[in-house]
Amino acid sequence: MFAIFKKELRGYFTTPVGFVFVGIFLAAASLICAFTTIQQASYNTSTYFQYLIFTFIVLIPLLTMRTFAEERKTRTEQLLLTSPVSLTGMVLGKFFAAYTLFASSVLVSCINLFPLLAFSISESSATTADTHIGPVGGQVVGCLLGVLLIGAAFIAIGIFISSLTESQLSAAVVTIATLGVMVLIGIVSSAINSAPVRAVLDWISVLNRYDNFAFGLFDFSALLYYVSIAGVFVFLTVRIYDKRRWG
Amino acid sequence: MIKIDHLVKNYGATCAVDDISLEIKKGEIVGFLGPNGAGKSTTMNILTGYLSSTAGRVMIDGINVLDDPLAVKSRIGYLPEQPPLYLDMTVEEYLIFVYNLKGCTMNRTKHLEEICEVVKLTDVYKRLIRNLSKGFRQRVGIAQALIGNPPVVIFDEPTVGLDPKQIIEIRNLIRTLGRDHTVILSTHILQEVQAVCDRIVIINKGKIVADELTENINRIAANSFRYQATICGPQKEVLAMLRARADVTYAEVLSARDGDAYIYHIESTKGVDIRKSLFFALSAKGWALIGLEMLGMSLEDIFISVVDKTDEAATGKKTVKGKRTRGQSPERDLAQSILDATAEKQKSIAPYEGEE
Repeated sequence: MFAIFKKELRGYFTTPVGFVFVGIFLAAASLICAFTTIQQASYNTSTYFQYLIFTFIVLIPLLTMRTFAEERKTRTEQLLLTSPVSLTGMVLGKFFAAYTLFASSVLVSCINLFPLLAFSISESSATTADTHIGPVGGQVVGCLLGVLLIGAAFIAIGIFISSLTESQLSAAVVTIATLGVMVLIGIVSSAINSAPVRAVLDWISVLNRYDNFAFGLFDFSALLYYVSIAGVFVFLTVRIYDKRRWG
Repeated sequence: MIKIDHLVKNYGATCAVDDISLEIKKGEIVGFLGPNGAGKSTTMNILTGYLSSTAGRVMIDGINVLDDPLAVKSRIGYLPEQPPLYLDMTVEEYLIFVYNLKGCTMNRTKHLEEICEVVKLTDVYKRLIRNLSKGFRQRVGIAQALIGNPPVVIFDEPTVGLDPKQIIEIRNLIRTLGRDHTVILSTHILQEVQAVCDRIVIINKGKIVADELTENINRIAANSFRYQATICGPQKEVLAMLRARADVTYAEVLSARDGDAYIYHIESTKGVDIRKSLFFALSAKGWALIGLEMLGMSLEDIFISVVDKTDEAATGKKTVKGKRTRGQSPERDLAQSILDATAEKQKSIAPYEGEE
């Protein structure tokens, strides 16, 4: 499993994919940060993190589209499937490689918050009022945790879709569509009058679960929700491979 | 070492492998031979755990592939039909990846060096696989299969795309491997099995139709009833005289001419060597026998006959081919005897009584 993890992570940087992902993500993150905080003269970071989730719709498929689709097309999966590595090990190796790249990019993007911090220090030293000035620590940590969890769920979905096809392009398109629906369903639900329908849509929505994190609350049910999505799709990917063997 | 027990594989309604039983001993080099789509690759894929069988079981080193797939996979080196190469890696990176993937514990640098020495990859060790020619890619594929020194090595068409010199090298390599590995290889190049394998297994339409030691086939094939004679004399009379003989079943003039002599194709009754009597008979008439050659049977003939015969049996009608209308066709008899022997052998392997 570790061999596959290492190979995948290397693979992101021997092809342009890894550079494109990291580059676009960091550029988008810093732009969003500038527009939602500094330009709005606000220390509230929740909008920033929420917009980051929108960028995942397009960026995460970049990471996941080739994972299995390419192996299948070039027949290299035959090597993986005939080597003494379990199917779960193979899927997890790929999952963690994509996740490592994703999570490190997210952590690096925290640099964006330093200007805010710098502003807040200079501002609070200028006043004598006894109020907290600057980004709220709980909110930032909560949002960061939420974003990292959502990323795990999205990557698992992307990997699953990649395992269904030989074509990277269709994997990417289907993943974008799926993630798009999952994110936007919460926005759609607010436009619907029927309460029961809205309740169901809200329950499914990825963004609604994330709300508590944005308030700086640790929501255990949301954690469970995202981790379960990741777990279920990793499991489904393993089953896809198992089934193909018997097909 | 390898025991295949009444193996069946269906792809939906089509049956790719139909009740194959086979036992392979340690150190044997076995060649799977068969036309395209015969089920060679499917059988190999099942052996390596890439595919699962519909019924039957495969034991490798006494371990059932289904019970402990990882233990079985670590005992097999496999080169699939299309070598599973990552084009954006160098040969070195790729081999190190496979080494780690197989979880080997020996001295890595030394082990990889030895393998590259054997398959002659040292010159391209630092190059990108993408930039290598087909032959070198094939060798990287072979190197990959040998990593970790697995007791069983399975090659699916290992010499495809190689130049003649490389083919000979790879064949020698496979023979060397046979000393301490069990080797299975599939091919449709007949000389290859003849040159490399101890045992030939012919598969057609998902069934084993022939399973014979190479030396046996070679020995039988050498006993021929066919002659090519060059005789000086009036063509029609010579032919009439040849056809009148009781021990000649078939005689024909070939279009080729050798000066004032004609070349004849003669087949004798089974088990009779007509060379001596033919010489005296011709000299009595005053016709000179200036050339006489016994035509050996080629593995091609045997192979084609075996496959034809099983196709006939499957479709229930005789395939009529102009070439096959000669008096007697010894390779067809041979094919029949091999078929019968194999059918006996398949039956004698005890049916699999599963634990289910």
